[in-house]
Amino acid sequence: MSDPRELYQQVIIEHNKKPRNFGDLEACTHHAHGLNPLCGDDIVLKLIVKDGIVEDIRFQGHGCAISKASSSLMTVNVKGKPLADAQVLVDQFREMIRGTLDTAKDPNVLGRLSLFQGVRDLPSRVKCAVLPWATLHSALHGEETISTE
Amino acid sequence: MTATLAPLDVQKIRQDFPSLVTPFHGKPLIYLDSAVSSLTPLAVVERLTRYQSFEHTNVHRGVSTLSQEATDRYEEAREKVRAFINARSTRQIIWTRGTTESINLVAQTYGRQMIHEGDEILLSAMEHHSDIVPWQLLAQERGAKIRVIPMNDAGELILDGLEDLITDRTRIIGVTHVSNVLGTINPVKEIIARAHAKGVPVLVDGAQAVPHLKVDVTDLDADFYVFSGHKLSGPTGIGVLYGRQSLLESMPPWHGGGSMILSVTWEGTTFAAIPGKFEAGTPPIAQAIGLGAAIDYVSALGLDRIAAHEHDLLAYATGRLKAIPGLRIIGEAREKASVISFVLDGIHPHDIGSILDHDGIVVRAGHHCAQPVMTRFGIPATTRASFAFFNTRADVDALVSGILKVQEIFQ
Repeated sequence: MSDPRELYQQVIIEHNKKPRNFGDLEACTHHAHGLNPLCGDDIVLKLIVKDGIVEDIRFQGHGCAISKASSSLMTVNVKGKPLADAQVLVDQFREMIRGTLDTAKDPNVLGRLSLFQGVRDLPSRVKCAVLPWATLHSALHGEETISTE
Repeated sequence: MTATLAPLDVQKIRQDFPSLVTPFHGKPLIYLDSAVSSLTPLAVVERLTRYQSFEHTNVHRGVSTLSQEATDRYEEAREKVRAFINARSTRQIIWTRGTTESINLVAQTYGRQMIHEGDEILLSAMEHHSDIVPWQLLAQERGAKIRVIPMNDAGELILDGLEDLITDRTRIIGVTHVSNVLGTINPVKEIIARAHAKGVPVLVDGAQAVPHLKVDVTDLDADFYVFSGHKLSGPTGIGVLYGRQSLLESMPPWHGGGSMILSVTWEGTTFAAIPGKFEAGTPPIAQAIGLGAAIDYVSALGLDRIAAHEHDLLAYATGRLKAIPGLRIIGEAREKASVISFVLDGIHPHDIGSILDHDGIVVRAGHHCAQPVMTRFGIPATTRASFAFFNTRADVDALVSGILKVQEIFQ
């Protein structure tokens, strides 16, 4: 990457400062705890799923700007969606980070989430961006704790 | 004292480190991470190459001239370590893979022999995980208890209550000489004297001390003193356990195998005398000889001169960093080595580390394998800059500019 500003774009900085859907959810139907043991990123994700729709989703924890912004944007993108669509986003996000999905070729896929494509050039930060998505995957599949190690 | 020392010729020293004088991804490398691992001077690289190319075979085996000379070089390195830390005898110098293995060795031999249900292990609040986890494993197995010497907000151990923390159940005290996170230089000589007054031995983790301070284990009266080669300009895979001779002799062996025996029959084994008793199998020969070369290199520069240079950098960096709004230094002990941890308001250390990395500035961002220290200060992580004898004030200036850039991006 030629300049870290390419990754640390205004949207990421802004979501880091004011994360959306940040907080606790009482009476959640799904939840999971995600950890990056090596760097200490830590996220607790809770969802209320009703009739196959993600009615509400919130996250808590601490981490770097990339993991926080990734969490925040994920909740925005998943809220109100059918579970199947949420799962598609999880898979597409992971494919983008892995490099098997190029959002430049298909700009309609993932939308603003394509901002995170830049972490591919920062291998040490890939886990930060992926953690919330891996945690969502766990929550949807009934696994309570996941670790990226 | 420092005023009379001739200063280091840092520009000349930098030529000894190819990575410092060769562009890295098109930019000069600004290495502020010697506390994680020191760069290796050419003299050490060349010594490793020469040994491995022309002098290598196994040691303490066979009658060949090649084997005898390899053994001589290997044992000369042990003598260099002995002299470097002023141990009385080379028999007290045991090779290990590093600090972590040295501590595990003590926990699994001395610890298993001495620590039983209800006994206590006393550790300082600023230990690295390598001086916590081996003791926790043992405590769990034995039903022993771990107690902690607390520290104040400046990152200094609170020693007022030490005599109350040392009970008649305390079997060992573990304390780091220099904190890898806070830079604090602990008064280990005083701690050892007070522990000995109550009959308790002390293990000192010297991993971060030996690159910065002249260490004299005899003057300290340390029972165990441990460190790694790779933080002392040497190779990875080699470390040292120094021990009081009477303790080492009374401890059971740890790993079994070749070299650590006098004789083996189906009925049983007679073990070798120290240090061989603790050195099973083929040792890291090249790494030991490489560490010897590193000690020669550091000694030729002079630890007094290194300390004076690093102290100047520490004072300069502390002043410049403190002038940055929103930056807080974690660890402001009166006695510090050239390690500075800091946090920035609203910006996570990993983001700081990534952006600095882009400018070729290598720092450490994270919990530094000292999570209880992070918990003590109520933070998840810090950014840490550590300075060595080859760093300059220009490196500090680059760090400060990099931090200002991080703040600008995060505005």
